[in-house]
Amino acid sequence: MNVVVCVKQIPDPADPGALDPSTKTLKRDGKLILDESDSYGVEMALQLVDTAGGGEVTLVSMAPNSEVGGLRTALAMGAAKAVLVSDDALAGSDALGTAKVLAKAIERVGDADLILTATESSDGYTGIVPEQIAELLSLPSVTFAKEITVEGSTLKVQRQTEAGYDEVESPLPAVVSVTAGVVEPRYPSFKGIMAAKSKPVDEVKIADLGIDASSVGWAGGGQEIVEIAQAETREAGTIIEDDGESFTKIVDFLAELKAI
Amino acid sequence: MTVSKIWVFAEATEGKVTNTTLEMLTKARELADTVEVVTAFGADVAGDVGNYGATKVFNVPGTEGKLLGVPIAAAIAAAVEAGNGPDAVLLATSYTGRDVAGRLSVKVDATVITNVVDLVERDGGLAGVEPVFGGATDVVTKFTTDKLGIFLVRPKSFAPEESGGAAASVEDLSFGDLGASGAAKVTDVFVEEKTGPSLDEAAVVVAGGRGLGEKDNFQMVEDLAKLLSAAPGASRAIVDAGWVPYSYQVGQTGKVVKPTVYIAAGISGATQHLVGMKGSKNIIAINKDPEAPIFSVADLGIVGDVHKVMPKLIEALKAR
Repeated sequence: MNVVVCVKQIPDPADPGALDPSTKTLKRDGKLILDESDSYGVEMALQLVDTAGGGEVTLVSMAPNSEVGGLRTALAMGAAKAVLVSDDALAGSDALGTAKVLAKAIERVGDADLILTATESSDGYTGIVPEQIAELLSLPSVTFAKEITVEGSTLKVQRQTEAGYDEVESPLPAVVSVTAGVVEPRYPSFKGIMAAKSKPVDEVKIADLGIDASSVGWAGGGQEIVEIAQAETREAGTIIEDDGESFTKIVDFLAELKAI
Repeated sequence: MTVSKIWVFAEATEGKVTNTTLEMLTKARELADTVEVVTAFGADVAGDVGNYGATKVFNVPGTEGKLLGVPIAAAIAAAVEAGNGPDAVLLATSYTGRDVAGRLSVKVDATVITNVVDLVERDGGLAGVEPVFGGATDVVTKFTTDKLGIFLVRPKSFAPEESGGAAASVEDLSFGDLGASGAAKVTDVFVEEKTGPSLDEAAVVVAGGRGLGEKDNFQMVEDLAKLLSAAPGASRAIVDAGWVPYSYQVGQTGKVVKPTVYIAAGISGATQHLVGMKGSKNIIAINKDPEAPIFSVADLGIVGDVHKVMPKLIEALKAR
C-alpha cells in the first residue's frame, strides 16, 4: 500500500510571527520545521503501510527556498522519499493555489492508494486544502479522521463530528485528513536521522508539474488584504500572587458573577 | 446594499438549526437584499431560517448516507453555472462547512476567505475580517475577481436576532452526477454521551493546559467543571498530547467560546488559544508564570501553582 502524505514546513510556532507590511503576508524568513499537525498523518501512514505489509510512504510539500528541514524530520520518522515543489512563482499562494500544486505533485508521485493530510496547518489554518486536493483529483474524501483502517480496497474511517463520530466507508484511492493527537508520532531514531540524509527528495518547479504561473501565487490568488488594524484589547485585570489563600479570591469573584 | 444576493449554508444537528447558521443569517440580512438558504434539511429548517430572514430554502435532496461536502458543493456550483447562484455564500467554520467550501472553491475556481469574524463593505463588494496573531491584529480581505464570494465564518461572530419573517419557501436544488468524488458513505453514526452542558453553549467553561503536568491531573478540571455546571475545555497542547479528545479544544483550531466565566488552569495563552476564548465576559487564569500571555486577558489572574490552587478551590466549592 502506497501512501502519500502532504506535509507543510512552517516557521517555528515558538517564534512569534509577523506580517510583512509591504506584501501583507506572513514573513517567512528563518528556518522551517515540520508542522506538528502533520506528524500525525506521517505516523498514521507509516502504521498503515506496516499493517499492509508492503508499500511505502511518500511526502509531498511546497516550500520556498528549497527548504527541506521539515521533510528530513518526516523522512527520519520512516517516510521513503519526498517531492518538494519550490518555486518563486508560488509566493503569495492561497489555499486553492496550494491545493493545485499539491494535487499535481501527488500525480507526479503516481500510484497512491491513499493521500493523507492534517486537518489544517498551524500557521495558515484555512482547513480547506484537503477537500480542494480531493476535488482537483476527483477523489472521495473524509476529513477529521480519528481512526483509519484499510480492508482490501476499502477504507474505513471514524470521522469526528459535533456530536460524536461517524463511521465512513470509501473506496480507495481517497484523501483523508487526520485529526491531531489521534496517534503518537514516533521520535526519529538516530539511525533514522542518518538514513534520512540520503533519502531522495525530488525537487521540482511548477513548470515541471505543468502548472501555469498565472494560476498560483499572487497572480492566481483572487483575494487581497486591504487593511491591517489593531484589534480591540481587553482592559487589564487584577493579577495576584498565590499566598495559599488566593482560591478565596476566585470563590468571591465567582459569587459576584453569580456563577455559584 | 453591498451585494444583492447571499446564500447561507444551513446546518442542523438533531433536527435543530445550528446557532452559527442563525448568526450568519442575521448578518446576511444587513448586507444583502435577498438572503436564501441552501441545506440538506429542507422543510425541517424552513420555519427557523425564515424567522431569521431567509426567504427561500434550496433543499438538496438525496444526501442520505453521504458526507455533505461533495453533494452540497455540486448543487451550489450547478446553480452558479446556470446563472441562478448568489453573489456570495456564507458557511460556518464547522466540519461540514469547510468540506463544502473546499469542494466548491475548486468547482467555481474561486478563492475562499476563511476564519471570518466580521463581514464589511469594501470598494462595493463584501470583505472578510480575520483575526491573526491571537486576535491582536485584524486583517480585512476582499476578493479581486467577480467570481462567487465564498466566506468561512467562525461561530459566535454575530449575535443572532430574529427578523420575524415567515417560513421560507422550499425548492429543490439537485447536484447531478458526483462521480468517484461522491463515493464515501456514512455507514453508522455514533453520538457520544455527554453529561453537562456543551462547550459551545455553557455559561461557564473550565479549561486545562500543559501546566497541569500530566493527563491524570485533567480530572481537576473535570471536577471543577462539574461543581460549576460548566463544560470542560482544553488547550491545543494537551489535545495534541492525547490527554483529551479534539472536541474539548478551545482556540483558533478548535471551538470559539464566549461564556460568562472562563477559567484557564495551567494554560499559558498561546495566541492560538486566546483567539478562541478572549471574547469571554469574565476570565480567571491560574498559571505559575507571571509573564504568561493569558494574564493579559484575565480579569482575575492568580500567579501560582495550579496543583495547589485548584484542589483548594474545589474543596471550598464542595463545602458551600
